[in-house]
Amino acid sequence: MNDLFQFFSFSDPNVRYVTLGTMVLAATAAMVGSFSFLRKRALVGDAIAHSILPGVCLAFMVSGSKTPLVLIIGAIITGWISLLVIDGISRTTKLKNDAAIGIVLSVFFGLGILLLTSIQHSGNASQAGLDKFLFGKAASLTKDDIITFSSIGIVLIIVVLLFYKEFKLISFNPDYAKVIGLPVKFLEFILATITVLAVAVGIQAVGVVLMAALLITPASGARFWTHRLGNMIVIAMVFGALSGFFGSYISYVAPNMPTGPWVVMCLSILAIGSIWFAPKRGMLAKYKIQAENKKKILVENVLKLFYHLGESSNNFEAERSIDELLATRDLRKIELNRGLQLLRKDNSVRLKEGNWYITSKGLNEAKRVIKLHRLWEMYLNQRLKLEPDHVHNDAEAIEHIITPELEKQLEKELNYPIKDPHESIIPYNKD
Amino acid sequence: MKTAIETHNLTVSYNRRPVLWNIDFEIPTGQITGIIGPNGSGKTTLLKAIMGLIKPSSGYTKLFNKDLNEVREKISYVPQRESVDWDFPASVMDIVLMGRYKSSNLFKRIKQSDRDIAAEALEKVNMLEYSDRQISQLSGGQQQRVFIARSLAQGADLYIMDEPFVGVDAATEEAILNLLTEMKNQGKTVVVVHHDLQTAKDYFDWIVLLNTRLVATGPKEEIFNKKLLQEAYGGKLNVLSKVGELIKEKDFPVRERK
Amino acid sequence: MDAFWIILTGSLIAVSCSLLGCYLVLRKMAMVGDAISHAVLPGIVIAYLLSGSRETLPMLVGAAVLGVLTTVIIELFYKRAKLQVDASIGITFTWLFAIGIILISLFTGQVDLDQDCVLYGEIAYVPLDLWFSESGLNYGPRAVWIGGGLLVIILAFIFKGYKGLFLTTFNEEFAKALGIAVGFWHYSLMGAVSLTTVVSFESVGAILVVAFLIVPPSAAYLLTNKLKTMLLLSSIFGILCSIGGYYLAVLINGSIAGAMATVAGIIFLIAWLISVLRKNRAIKPFDIISS
Repeated sequence: MNDLFQFFSFSDPNVRYVTLGTMVLAATAAMVGSFSFLRKRALVGDAIAHSILPGVCLAFMVSGSKTPLVLIIGAIITGWISLLVIDGISRTTKLKNDAAIGIVLSVFFGLGILLLTSIQHSGNASQAGLDKFLFGKAASLTKDDIITFSSIGIVLIIVVLLFYKEFKLISFNPDYAKVIGLPVKFLEFILATITVLAVAVGIQAVGVVLMAALLITPASGARFWTHRLGNMIVIAMVFGALSGFFGSYISYVAPNMPTGPWVVMCLSILAIGSIWFAPKRGMLAKYKIQAENKKKILVENVLKLFYHLGESSNNFEAERSIDELLATRDLRKIELNRGLQLLRKDNSVRLKEGNWYITSKGLNEAKRVIKLHRLWEMYLNQRLKLEPDHVHNDAEAIEHIITPELEKQLEKELNYPIKDPHESIIPYNKD
Repeated sequence: MKTAIETHNLTVSYNRRPVLWNIDFEIPTGQITGIIGPNGSGKTTLLKAIMGLIKPSSGYTKLFNKDLNEVREKISYVPQRESVDWDFPASVMDIVLMGRYKSSNLFKRIKQSDRDIAAEALEKVNMLEYSDRQISQLSGGQQQRVFIARSLAQGADLYIMDEPFVGVDAATEEAILNLLTEMKNQGKTVVVVHHDLQTAKDYFDWIVLLNTRLVATGPKEEIFNKKLLQEAYGGKLNVLSKVGELIKEKDFPVRERK
Repeated sequence: MDAFWIILTGSLIAVSCSLLGCYLVLRKMAMVGDAISHAVLPGIVIAYLLSGSRETLPMLVGAAVLGVLTTVIIELFYKRAKLQVDASIGITFTWLFAIGIILISLFTGQVDLDQDCVLYGEIAYVPLDLWFSESGLNYGPRAVWIGGGLLVIILAFIFKGYKGLFLTTFNEEFAKALGIAVGFWHYSLMGAVSLTTVVSFESVGAILVVAFLIVPPSAAYLLTNKLKTMLLLSSIFGILCSIGGYYLAVLINGSIAGAMATVAGIIFLIAWLISVLRKNRAIKPFDIISS
């Protein structure tokens, strides 16, 4: 608890720097990763991340220094090489993209591990801490590190803002972009470079192995909130920042814990939460829509019962018993009761001494559904040339779907038919 | 007329959108039938539904008056040529031998009788000399013939082919046509999804004209008239398409569940 | 002698992985193999915690089940949530791997793993971990026996399942039309990959498993048009990686697993070069080993 308070007070400048830095790194990666996500190149980001390890090690071996700038240069070089190799393999051999990514990922990383362990075993004291690149250690970030990385992060944000429209076009519609003369190759080069940079920098927070998550997961979650690219990127960046914050907190309370896994946990939970709970596109929202559909189908079917009984006995106002209603259609008693209760609530049917009767409001609605049913049967019969005994089941389903404007189109196209294929009358409204 | 394939009120959805609507037809045995219609009319979906690869939203199919699972051994399916990666490391003979695989012999070794049957099938499509050739070295027409040979090796009574004439050279086209005629003479039934209206008139005896719904079916003389062709190729039914979109958009069930 | 045991263990694992990997590459599921090899980590850690010992049978089986579960989870993201397939794979394995690392960090005392080693294993310690019978007889390093056992299972799977794997890998639709249970073959393969990953984890770690699963088969694929040759070449390359990797590691005093992956890369590079030269000079395609 004390830790929590201390952390949030941000009185320790170190805490401020680490938290801010991690948030910027994560948000930047999320921003760049949104484009990788859209172009379906999420796993390429994974390969780039793994291939950065040998670059960092080589940079250290060659220069003997561990300053951020040197290491980042090494990272960018091997990061870029990995992209070229993946592309080369896909283009020049019968191997497909998935194998190319896997090859580059495992070989480069293996080479990186080889170099890293070699450096570690060489007893070179100045190499201590290189292995933080594996899983990330936000706590080890110094003020200078943060300034360097944050500056790069800001540059990346500026680049994305500058080229926003172009990046959007080549992500959504690359063929069209080519046709209107955009320098697609150049733009892809820029996009690839900022991806490599974002990865090289983001690794400080989460390490090489989990970097892919920082690129893909925020965008995946954001996708469920919106289809508009701008909003999606903002949401992804918020997810990134939140997770960076969370990771820093953990890093503060438990300095020996690697930051990476905690940031990824937070991201994954945000993403899965989005998949479930996002309005409209989330799973829960979809289930809700399906439940509402079922409800609509039920009440409309119950209303039809009254209409059928009324039509055959020429008396729409009569009261009907439960058994009478049940006999009209293959409906379970529990469903029927549920439907009746729902209809009672909005005054479409009323209960009187154990029997049910339909109100004029309900009758109008029933007429509407019956009309749609019979119109659709005519449509199937006339336009699809189906036999009268083949149209009923289809109409049972479609009657619930047809909108008022589709209804008008249907009437017009069939030329306002009076009867359906079974010679039943189609109920038009008086107006 | 003895029936090879019968569909009854078949409605099939793809991506939650109905692409086939209440399809009802019968295809006779011993004839070469062509299923034709514009792009996106649901032809391939129809084949897949018949072969049990896609589950229909409603309706059913009967093959030789029985359920698919009872007569699987009598039915052979030739998928679209492009549905397979031809860089796969295999020889022509390897592929044709697949026609001899069944669930009952999947764990047993390939027999000499299987090889003989496969060789015979290759002979029928004029590809026997290519037995050991790697499939990546074949031309489009040769690949198609290998697919058909595989199908012949099954020794089925009903052959269902998805666009076998797409992108093949003249020699292959002729070879396939001759083969189909020979098969018909042997009493086999052949059903072909075909992409080209012009040639359909010459290739087939019986036609199924499709455009999301069944436009017409029958012997080719009855089908190739202006009115029917216009209905099939004159664009989609407006209202039907709109309803299909509504179903997808609102996630409505295509059929009510009882 | 130590060198021999290490190289032998590496080779046994390499061959198991390379054989299965051929089918992964041909099915375009290389990255699913990568995902499984990462996602089994939490299963392994939990099994360690529960059983308190190393590599008991329940642990292997339990962790392997988690590997198959991974593919189920990926499919849930892809088919139910309608998330694109690369993101489905990425989210699943990074999340599961993160859970694994967290578990290791939380329970460092009780678990005989450390987070760096899950990446690249401890194959150097293989000769030290010997299997003694009750009477004190030394059967040699445990890892060799386990690796050997695994290889026997994988060989049996590939041999017995040759036709089924061949058919469902080349043309799944046609297989379904024949009435073959394609799901069985898919999940069997995933199960085999899972089992192999779990068994290999301790000696070679996650990364080398991926390298062995994807790189030798890819190199073999570039050099031949025959499946049986591809399987054979892939295994040979795996063994070469093991031998070359050991000596490279000794040379620069680095991780043996890392070295093996590096040698795999070198072999692939050579195969790539050969295949490109062949195409450019339009040499008549020939098999490296004509059989």
